[in-house]
Amino acid sequence: MTRFLKSREALLLAAILVLLALIALRFPGFVSPANLANVFNDTSILIILALGQMMVILTRCIDLSMAANLALCGMVVAMINAVIPEIPIPLLVALGIVIGTALGAVNGLLVWKLDIPPIVVTLGTLTIYRGIIFVISGGEWVNAHQMSPAFKALPRMVLLGLPLLSWIAVVMMGVMALFITRTPLGRAFYAAGGNPTAAIYTGIDVGRTRFAAFTLAGALAGLSGYLWVSRYAVAYVDIAGGFELDIIAACVIGGISIMGGIGSVTGTVLGALFFGIVKNALPVINISPFWQLAISGGAIILAVGFNAQAERRKGRLILRRAEA
Amino acid sequence: MTVASTRPHIPDRLENPWRMALFSWETLLIVVAVAIFIANSLASPYFLNVWSLSDLTFNFTEKGLIALAMALLIVAGEIDLSVAAIIALSSTMMGMAVQAGADTPVLVLIAIGTGLACGIFNGALVTRLGLPSIVVTIGTMSLFRGISYIILGDQAYKGYPAGFAFFGQGYVWWVISFELVLFIVAAFVFGVLLHRTSFGRTIYAIGNNPVAATFSGVPVERVKFILFCLTGLMSGIASICLTSRLASTRPSIAFGWELEVVTMVVLGGVSILGGAGSIPGVVLAAIIMGLVTFGLGLLNVPGIVMSIFTGLLLITVIALPILWNRLRQKGA
Repeated sequence: MTRFLKSREALLLAAILVLLALIALRFPGFVSPANLANVFNDTSILIILALGQMMVILTRCIDLSMAANLALCGMVVAMINAVIPEIPIPLLVALGIVIGTALGAVNGLLVWKLDIPPIVVTLGTLTIYRGIIFVISGGEWVNAHQMSPAFKALPRMVLLGLPLLSWIAVVMMGVMALFITRTPLGRAFYAAGGNPTAAIYTGIDVGRTRFAAFTLAGALAGLSGYLWVSRYAVAYVDIAGGFELDIIAACVIGGISIMGGIGSVTGTVLGALFFGIVKNALPVINISPFWQLAISGGAIILAVGFNAQAERRKGRLILRRAEA
Repeated sequence: MTVASTRPHIPDRLENPWRMALFSWETLLIVVAVAIFIANSLASPYFLNVWSLSDLTFNFTEKGLIALAMALLIVAGEIDLSVAAIIALSSTMMGMAVQAGADTPVLVLIAIGTGLACGIFNGALVTRLGLPSIVVTIGTMSLFRGISYIILGDQAYKGYPAGFAFFGQGYVWWVISFELVLFIVAAFVFGVLLHRTSFGRTIYAIGNNPVAATFSGVPVERVKFILFCLTGLMSGIASICLTSRLASTRPSIAFGWELEVVTMVVLGGVSILGGAGSIPGVVLAAIIMGLVTFGLGLLNVPGIVMSIFTGLLLITVIALPILWNRLRQKGA
């Protein structure tokens, strides 16, 4: 219990509660269960993407192309739906996931087989994926009236009081928590990022582990692509533009070490929720949405500085014990 | 595998310097540049014309100015992804000053000061707090541009003084623009700094092995800090040129330029892992990028499709040397 109280997750949870209390002082309506459920629903896509990014960062990589991947998958399923509305929605969702997985695998292959730094690979694929959206769509929009009603209805379907979108996020949290704590591949993510050399000596193929992380992150981006275009009922070249930064901010705030090997699902989800609450609260407390970009940037810098301090302390302790 | 075969093969004499120059990355870049030049002149009848060629230089001078400083930073094993955001912030600051009635010299000082301040901020976060530069500059990238958005929102600054137009639109002599002269002078200065001074040698030392450099008495953190300041400063100067050329400021100014600048540097033969690269290579890469984008522009290729080429170019130029080395090792 004391270990939990000192952990990053407890600190973040406390910060979220303080934040909510501060907002509630002036706007009590914000903390009503119905509104909190809305905020959670609004943050669901960020949570799903942050869970994908978490796997990549755990292996000491970074994926800047997730938002572009999402946009490309979203555009493809929206265009198909607009042209052939008869295709069943689950098939379209599956198609989005397949395309996302393929795009993620491209990143993973370049990192694995060619040893190109992940930041450079994904900076490159980020612009390539965005460019491809322009090429396939010709710069045109797919608007709400072109999408079939079923296409837009799926994430809004209410089950046990919550929309399906929220449930998908909840299920993803559970699956991901089991996956990274209870399966060999999940543990390999930590090993590959925590100490790549040691991981090789224990028989883990670091390159292939990174490839798996990128591919799975791509799958989640593909799923989010459908969720995004159906939730906002529009698809164009720039959807989710700059969202890659929000995803990374959520991870870093959640205590995922950018140097790899440290982080948890709970932390990631809390990081995303913290970010989601701030974003939703801005219009309520009457701050222009133009502040969002600067706030993401400030949050990334603060959180990275904070993480580095925490890690430095741990590093010294290990050394001291090793010397003794 | 025997012990002897794991040792690197050390030849008893150096390779013929002429042969080395002939097979260097820079030679390859010259060949590529000439090939694209010829392709452009065949593809478009409007290309071979002194004014077209003069316009072409504007495609790379501003990004090239930043690439020169970024090359030093990447050789030292760091990176700055916030350069385009620094341009936006400097430009916004100049715009604010114009509204307050500032004249050209003040504007120049403000842009340089803002660029330098941003560089100091990046450098301090990386060297004082020991944070990884990639993440810090991803953060400052959205922070700096975010500040521009807070100040400008969906507005734009206009009404720059007439004298200010010279930096981005003026010509020193005939078709030779001020920007081109500035780029050539800056390339010369950075070339001397990297290749002919002890400071330049320490940059290579840091990039190859920061620990060994520290034990050799190189002030690693201080050199890195200076390089971040230089990159910020050059971004501020590029901001003057770009703002002057466009004669207006929007918060989305120079959006995505960080990618093109990094591509230029890497295309110029600078190792993304640090420790290797040259300024002539970066200058040639800047010219090639200018030729490619100008050529595609003449063929009416939209900007976002051009960015596919930029992205592909970036990944290919990094992948090629890696594949090439691997093939050579297999052959040996």
